[in-house]
Amino acid sequence: MSQTLISGPHTLASSTVSRTMLWVMVALLPATLWGLYLFGWPAINLFAITLASALLFEAACLYLAGRPVQLTLFDGSALLTAWLLAMSLPPWAPWWVGVLGSFIAIVIGKQVFGGLGHNLFNPAMVARVALLVSFPLQLTSWTAPAPLFADGSPGFIDGLAITFGGLQIDGFSGASLLGEVKTEFTTGKVLSEIMPGGMEYSGPLWGHTYGSLGETSALLILAGGLLLVTIGLINWTIPASMLGSVALLATLMNLVDPEHYPDAGFHLFSGALMLGAFFIATDMVTSPNTWSGQLLFGAGCGALVYVIRTWGGYPEGVAFAVLLMNALTPLIDYYIKPRIYGRDRRGNPLTLDKVEGDHRAKEGQA
Amino acid sequence: MKLFSFRGGIHPLERKERTRDLPIEVMPMPKRLYVPLQQHIGEPAVAIVSAGEKVRRGQLLGGSAGKVSAPVHSPADGVVVEVTEFASPHPAALPVTTAVIDVDDEQTPWQAPGEDPFTLSGEELARRIREAGIVGMGGATFPSAVKLDQARRHNVDTLIINGGECEPYLTCDDRLMQERGQQMLIGIELMLRCLEASRAVIVVEDNKEAALANLRRLCTNPERIRTVSVPTRYPQGSQKQMMQSVLGREVPAGAHGVELGAIMHNVATAFAVYEALVLGKPLVSRIVTVGGGAVARPANLEVPFGTLVSELLAHCDAAADGDGFGYERLLMGGPMMGQWLPHPEVPIIKGSSGIIALSEEETRVTLPQPCIRCTRCVSVCPSGLLPLELAKRIRKDDFEAAAELGLSDCIACGSCAYVCPSKIPLVQFFHYGKGQLQARRVQSRKLERTAELASAKETRMEAIEREKAEAAAKRKAEQAAKKAAEAAAAATEE
Repeated sequence: MSQTLISGPHTLASSTVSRTMLWVMVALLPATLWGLYLFGWPAINLFAITLASALLFEAACLYLAGRPVQLTLFDGSALLTAWLLAMSLPPWAPWWVGVLGSFIAIVIGKQVFGGLGHNLFNPAMVARVALLVSFPLQLTSWTAPAPLFADGSPGFIDGLAITFGGLQIDGFSGASLLGEVKTEFTTGKVLSEIMPGGMEYSGPLWGHTYGSLGETSALLILAGGLLLVTIGLINWTIPASMLGSVALLATLMNLVDPEHYPDAGFHLFSGALMLGAFFIATDMVTSPNTWSGQLLFGAGCGALVYVIRTWGGYPEGVAFAVLLMNALTPLIDYYIKPRIYGRDRRGNPLTLDKVEGDHRAKEGQA
Repeated sequence: MKLFSFRGGIHPLERKERTRDLPIEVMPMPKRLYVPLQQHIGEPAVAIVSAGEKVRRGQLLGGSAGKVSAPVHSPADGVVVEVTEFASPHPAALPVTTAVIDVDDEQTPWQAPGEDPFTLSGEELARRIREAGIVGMGGATFPSAVKLDQARRHNVDTLIINGGECEPYLTCDDRLMQERGQQMLIGIELMLRCLEASRAVIVVEDNKEAALANLRRLCTNPERIRTVSVPTRYPQGSQKQMMQSVLGREVPAGAHGVELGAIMHNVATAFAVYEALVLGKPLVSRIVTVGGGAVARPANLEVPFGTLVSELLAHCDAAADGDGFGYERLLMGGPMMGQWLPHPEVPIIKGSSGIIALSEEETRVTLPQPCIRCTRCVSVCPSGLLPLELAKRIRKDDFEAAAELGLSDCIACGSCAYVCPSKIPLVQFFHYGKGQLQARRVQSRKLERTAELASAKETRMEAIEREKAEAAAKRKAEQAAKKAAEAAAAATEE
């Protein structure tokens, strides 16, 4: 028996760090499996290599830092980071994109800051942005869905050749919806010309569209996200305010000029927004402490996503938006704190008169 | 009656099912009692008996010492073997002055006092409550009479009776409310009389249906004594949170509940008042829940103070393995705020609401992992603090920063540590931080005092120097004058 003085509580809830990570992975599973199916063998290769290399980098860092490797390696955090990174990569990206991404995420994004819980920025998004800025070609080469075992889809051998041998297959590459619309705008077209029949939702909802490995099916991601909210693993605050602010801005601008500003549905169901709102921005380590702080954080993410998508140089802005707001998290936490029992917002003790006044006001209402 | 809510809180596994339906069982009187003279918050009682002395049941063993203190009585007829230092129920088993009593085989019955307590004045009632050694039975063990006197000065109008019993495992208050509600109500009436207060509110968590039903049946005049049920949520039984539930007001930081016109006492304290004033039995025993996964036959026992915890465990068939009882952790009180006991050779005292022997599966002790900032601790903190940020500051020994974040407002309820997925011992951090802050305050007061004394000495020395210099100058001047006079005289003579 330990001889140190032990204070209570002497019984603890059953939740653990690894269980937390595990639940997030469970919630990611439908969208991931669907994405792997849609984009076939090259996607499976990329996913596997990204996760495996992340574990290797994590183990190496822990070993170098002289920390217990086994205990920390299997807490699930490195796996989850790599998982989210892989979901945000183009599905047919070459193997080194996954390995380099894992290196950036685990070593630079997380371990350099001191490991789990100490990083300021979301590691997966650090990697995605670093890759995007360094290798714009590979990071924006989108592929049409080529489901496993479907006619014309690359087989296992072709898959290996695509991932490891740089094999290019004609007829599969194309632009994502966000990218396409952005490019068409630059040629002077308006929305009714780009999408004459209006927005086609079934693609982005179900994932039959050009896009990242695990980001294309908005519905499956939403389902996973709602599961996390339901079991109380994440708060509703960040997803609600992030999606809400994008929807609000899109609707307002669409009302002003429907020909140049797509509506809310276009923004909500395309690109990385759904994944970002439920799985990326909600990263506990890099988001604020309080509910009001989280609402502000989410709203900021949403506003930045809209601004970057609409007026920025890139068609998609979720990763940039989340990183920028991550940088603001310490500031938000500094200014937004819960009110302490028996004190006012400034931390001064409530005066008895004030307390009486509140009481009277409450009774008046009742 | 309109009730209110408080911030945060948790729903720990209640684990009350094993004992909530077990009637109170009187523990057989042990052969030997170890009665500590410090069973309460404040100054220890001063021993007035010595080795070899025969004592009667209810006789004073130690007298109250100072304003915040409580007397200690003998729970049995017997002989004082010695008055010595003996391990107390404390995480370090600190030895305290203890009267060791060999118990007689025959015990005399209690003698009720002659007059009706309802004819006594408030002052007299408070005096008798003090003399009976009654302290807060919820676990805080603050002398009840001190609290009552304070409330009498503040013209308190509401007496809140705490039947929350929000700690897991504990059912001693539940059983008391079920089986001895009538006596408890008499205790409450006496307290109301003592306070000259107009109403009492008995607050019970809604997981104690039988107790609620019984008290509601007994409270025939709800305008005077009313029983209310509140949602089950830990730490409902904490004074600040319960006051907020009943009054809808927070106790301002640094202020006391009486300033809001209310005072809170535990149900078992009310029962102790009844026993003392009506039966003439001072506080010498209490109901203790013996439970936990390592106890084969859990029970609600009425135990005389000074009974060793090991005897309770043996009485309840706590599984023994080899050289000891087969538990992972032994506790006095509930698992949330109770005290860890390093060994069971310590006595039951006035604040011992439970003896809980936890199995390994119940404690879920694991190595702490890094904080992942999940902020569950922030959501559950009833004080509105940021436990994760406090722990971060204290880990870096930045106690001033922790104090600025409100460390002193922490009530150590442990809700944060309970929900923490990383199993960080947050409460331990906060105890350490509070201790360091206290030590620093003492140190800085010492420094201030030293500086004061040093500067006083300097002034004094300066004054002495000045006086010396002045005296020297005066002497010089006198000599010069004398010389001048002599010279003048000589000149005249010439």
